[in-house]
Amino acid sequence: MDIKKRAAAGTMESSDAYVEIEPASQGVSLELESVVLNQFGEQIRQTVLSVLAQEGVENAKVRIIDRGALECVIRARVEAAVCRGREEA
Amino acid sequence: MRRSMLFLPGNNPNLLINGNCLGSDAVIFDLEDAVAPDQKDAARILVRNTMRYMDFRGVEMIVRINSIDTHYWKRDLDEVMPYKPSLILLPKTGTPADALAADEYMTALEQKLGFEKNTVGLMPLIETALGVENSFAIASATKRIQALFLGAEDLTADLQCKRTKEGREIEYARTRLVTAARAAGVDVYDTPFTDVNDDEGIVKDAELAKALGFTGKSSISPRHVEVINRVFTPTQKEIDYAYEVMDAIAEAKAQGKGAIALYGKMVDAPIVARAQRTIATAEALGIRRDMV
Amino acid sequence: MSKVVNSIREAVRLAGLKDGMTVSFHHHLRNGDYVLNMVMEEIAALGIRDLCVNASSLFDVHLPLTEHIRNGVVTNLISDYISGGIGRVLSTGILPNPIQFRTHGGRPFDISTGKTPIDVAFIAAPTADPMGNCSGKYGPSACGSLGYAFADAMYAKKVVVITDNLVPYPMQDFSISENYVDYVVTVDAIGNPKGIVSGTTKITRDPVGLVMAANAAKVIQASGLLKDGFSFQTGAGGATLAAAKFLKDIMLKEGIQGSFGLGGITGYMVDMLRSGCFRSLMDVQCFDLKAVESIREDPRHQEISALQYASPGSKSAVVDSLDVVLLGATEIDTDFNVNVHTDSNGYIMGGSGGHSDTSAGAKLSMIIAPMFRARLPIVTDRVSCISTPGRDIDVLVTQGGIAVNPKNGELTQRLKAAGLPIVDIQELKEKTERLTGKPAPVPKGDQVVAQVIGRNGDLLDQIYKPL
Repeated sequence: MDIKKRAAAGTMESSDAYVEIEPASQGVSLELESVVLNQFGEQIRQTVLSVLAQEGVENAKVRIIDRGALECVIRARVEAAVCRGREEA
Repeated sequence: MRRSMLFLPGNNPNLLINGNCLGSDAVIFDLEDAVAPDQKDAARILVRNTMRYMDFRGVEMIVRINSIDTHYWKRDLDEVMPYKPSLILLPKTGTPADALAADEYMTALEQKLGFEKNTVGLMPLIETALGVENSFAIASATKRIQALFLGAEDLTADLQCKRTKEGREIEYARTRLVTAARAAGVDVYDTPFTDVNDDEGIVKDAELAKALGFTGKSSISPRHVEVINRVFTPTQKEIDYAYEVMDAIAEAKAQGKGAIALYGKMVDAPIVARAQRTIATAEALGIRRDMV
Repeated sequence: MSKVVNSIREAVRLAGLKDGMTVSFHHHLRNGDYVLNMVMEEIAALGIRDLCVNASSLFDVHLPLTEHIRNGVVTNLISDYISGGIGRVLSTGILPNPIQFRTHGGRPFDISTGKTPIDVAFIAAPTADPMGNCSGKYGPSACGSLGYAFADAMYAKKVVVITDNLVPYPMQDFSISENYVDYVVTVDAIGNPKGIVSGTTKITRDPVGLVMAANAAKVIQASGLLKDGFSFQTGAGGATLAAAKFLKDIMLKEGIQGSFGLGGITGYMVDMLRSGCFRSLMDVQCFDLKAVESIREDPRHQEISALQYASPGSKSAVVDSLDVVLLGATEIDTDFNVNVHTDSNGYIMGGSGGHSDTSAGAKLSMIIAPMFRARLPIVTDRVSCISTPGRDIDVLVTQGGIAVNPKNGELTQRLKAAGLPIVDIQELKEKTERLTGKPAPVPKGDQVVAQVIGRNGDLLDQIYKPL
């Protein structure tokens, strides 16, 4: 099931991540901003893709502002954004 | 053993991920009052992930779900039950029927998950006048119930009185809850002390709770945890006495005596039971008998 | 005879400053300092080039210095601490020569031996008289102790005192005396009081910080050092300050009277003095208004020079008598080496200050740091820059356990006996990485932008330009 509307979850507080998701037509695109981009950029990308795959999202535009969130937090925020994006507008 | 229970706001990653090292015996992941209505969904997922991925060994996990008059509580349970919290704190429990409704749904979930029945315990949060008056009936409503929990903030609002630091207004509720819980054979936990800057007030409040018979006390501030732990830890004197009681019992048995006295006082069943509880707590904390 | 000259420019000229020489500054006015920028502007206007600036610390207020570097006025830099904003610019390698990082003890030692001679020292003085007697305790820009300026005054070839509060000769209760001073200049303001000292230094409210602080206090209690005569230094950081609070509670409860509190002094240490935890405070630098007031009013609160504080060449330094020091870290490795110079991306954002001096001197040197900050683990295989060698660090306190340097077998036993959560540092690293994941290494460039010189003069490490 694809994303129906633009939605967001999370905050910009330290140890959290803010995730925005919106409908797209051709695959997944990911824009990442992070305070630990050099050290964890690739791991964060993998985390996001894995949650999207697990949720069955094939098309979406995702933007993340990461404030040093642990993986379990990023997973939660992406999942929450997906759930919200799937609700009827 | 739960001396202290620390509330952690369910949508605050910084506190959740550090909740296992703040010193409390148990943490309460809060999906109710600490979470705004439009963040219930996100908090539920965040708390579930915290339970799933973080290592909370040595710290009991409790979840305060939303009350059964909301449309959140079943979804709360759906998310957290697979990760086996030791207790569910059920807000605004006013009648045995409230507790039974939660019990029924939890039983169904346990079946679905292949867990034994009552794997996850239930702890009614008594925070209404009705709940206080029904407290014994609630505490004995189902075997799933392991403890009662007093919530004084909502209760005083319901009683139409002011919540004070001294707590005269909740004296009745406190003693009533302790009595009801003990009569039903379950534990009982005290309401948090809410002034995080009053370092002396928390000591007095915790000592009062211990004196009234509470098993432990909850806290909304990590700063209160150490005091609560200290107050609810048996003293060396109490521990030593408990071992002496057990020694005396063993000796009496060996000598075939029925009744025995220690320090001029008859050692009867309640004294033995208390000694056993003290020793169990001491052992859990790694406090040994002082052999001096 | 009068030493008072009309302007900074005249003082520079009279002092005979020429191309290739060394000028020096102290950092007691911290991020409120106007003097370094004013002086460098005059020097640049006079067309003098190729200077070495020896500044005990640099703050972001000193960003204009980077322009003088780009213009060739300044080609060498010696400092003990460089804050993040200016550090970031300096990390890009704008200097033709590497910055020489020293320590608060090593800097005055090298000045005193002539290893790093100073041609002209410019001493910002909150109060001075026309002959150059001066002090930091009085005046609108009061900063308290002038500890870091003493070596500059004593050993520079020429000394210029710059003040915004000139009082009649002789001023009372001076710190630096006239016999060292060549010229005195008055200016409208030497600094912005708001940036010089903070109003109050606050204790952290962060729950993790408080857990670490409580553990740190318990380590001190269990170490065997906490008894009458106890001496102590702590930083002004949130968690280290909170540890001081817990320590104070223990000392008062148990009736322990310590001998002295040392260091950069905060109002919190003043409270400990006043409540009887210490007989005196030894103060090389004041961090807040309460400390400034105390050093002015209370004879038990004594000013000390950086030479007395920490110089490895002094006949004795106070750090050699220190029992316990609490310090921070941006990284610590499994050999207990500590980095306080660079951030996670390799940019300069600090420096040793008194970190390695106190670690070397104290009987128990403790690092307080969370297991991770913004997902970055505190414990690494190898710190990206060695600021303080691991041999001088005894204990790391985190919220997830306490690691003791294996060289300290007896201490480990004591702490274990006290029921403290002792953990092997390698295990702590692995435990943290299970939470955070393993960070990818950040590649370094080839250009050396700074050298970290230990308090004894040995080269500890080099900082490379980040890619």
